[in-house]
Amino acid sequence: MSVTQLTKANFDDTIAAGTVLVDFWAAWCGPCRLQSPVVDEFAGKHPEVKVGKVNVDEEPELAMRFQVMSIPTLIVFKNGKVATKHVSLCPLEEIEEICK
Amino acid sequence: MNEKTQYDVLIAGGGPAGISAWLTCHARGLNAVIVTNAPEHSLLWKAGRIDNYPGFSDSSGSTLLGSMYVGAEKLGLQRITGQLLGIMRMGKSFIASFGTEVLSAGSVILATGVTPANVYPGEREHLGSGVSYCATCDGMLYRGKTVAVIGLAADAENEAQALRQIGCQVEYFDKKRARSFAIKGGDRVTALSADGTDYPVEGVFILRDTIAADVLMPGLETDGPHIRVDAGMRTNIPGIFAAGDCTGKPYQIARAVGQGNIAALSANDYITHTKENVK
Repeated sequence: MSVTQLTKANFDDTIAAGTVLVDFWAAWCGPCRLQSPVVDEFAGKHPEVKVGKVNVDEEPELAMRFQVMSIPTLIVFKNGKVATKHVSLCPLEEIEEICK
Repeated sequence: MNEKTQYDVLIAGGGPAGISAWLTCHARGLNAVIVTNAPEHSLLWKAGRIDNYPGFSDSSGSTLLGSMYVGAEKLGLQRITGQLLGIMRMGKSFIASFGTEVLSAGSVILATGVTPANVYPGEREHLGSGVSYCATCDGMLYRGKTVAVIGLAADAENEAQALRQIGCQVEYFDKKRARSFAIKGGDRVTALSADGTDYPVEGVFILRDTIAADVLMPGLETDGPHIRVDAGMRTNIPGIFAAGDCTGKPYQIARAVGQGNIAALSANDYITHTKENVK
């Protein structure tokens, strides 16, 4: 499944139902550039999970709302609620684990 | 990512273990690169006198390390100065970030030297909820807020200055200003305690020369501050090797050089097998 770029406008609708993985990132963050292709790989392997990305530079309100204070941060939402928050680099196997 | 950033072996650390590993990689025809802090910031560089490394007598650490670099540079040493922030597996290779850059390698040799033995009280608990190891990555999330910087790395003052420039109020601590630190707060950091005095802050940037191995490479097995390796310098992650002080005591040059050599030979075996499987 493709990865959705999330903004204030589409965020709540996207996370409302099912399991959704969201990657909070920024262009200036080197480790985020490592995380991003792994998140893409996960999205390719797991069409059953919706996957989105939030650029914290462009969407500071979303970063603040979910208390993202270090990037990369991955948050798994289940039916609109935060199920897991993972700070710093997260390998593919661990993403699969937290999205179960 | 362009072709230039693709290597056979990434060597993290430019001390004796890293240089030895690079020499062996070079001898085996591998395209290897060392990513390291400036040598002048290493513990060895500051050592006044070394008498227990064969071939050198009454030599200073800087002379010895300098000689190692001269020898490697004659052979075309590839070296990047910068601090590694993270390493991840991506398919059959690994990608690593330093600063805002990334590079890709078929295998990795960690030769990062002595890693911090102790974390501060409250440090790991608040990682991501107020504690950060990377001012470049997370600074913008603290714009307009008061933060503390514990500056243990050589370029920590520059990082603190960068935080000020983007609008953070920075309370700067070096080893002279305070000796003991604790991070306080509940869900989020609320204060840094320095030598018993509480400073109200919303974030604490802990800037060390070396990031703890299991933060650098998630999933890496460690034994306290040391990376677990077998006799072939293999870690628990296939393709990742480690050598030198980061694998344990004694912290001696002779041990580091030998382990760097073994790690490079193991990396060569790994890469050869990986390539054969691809064919």
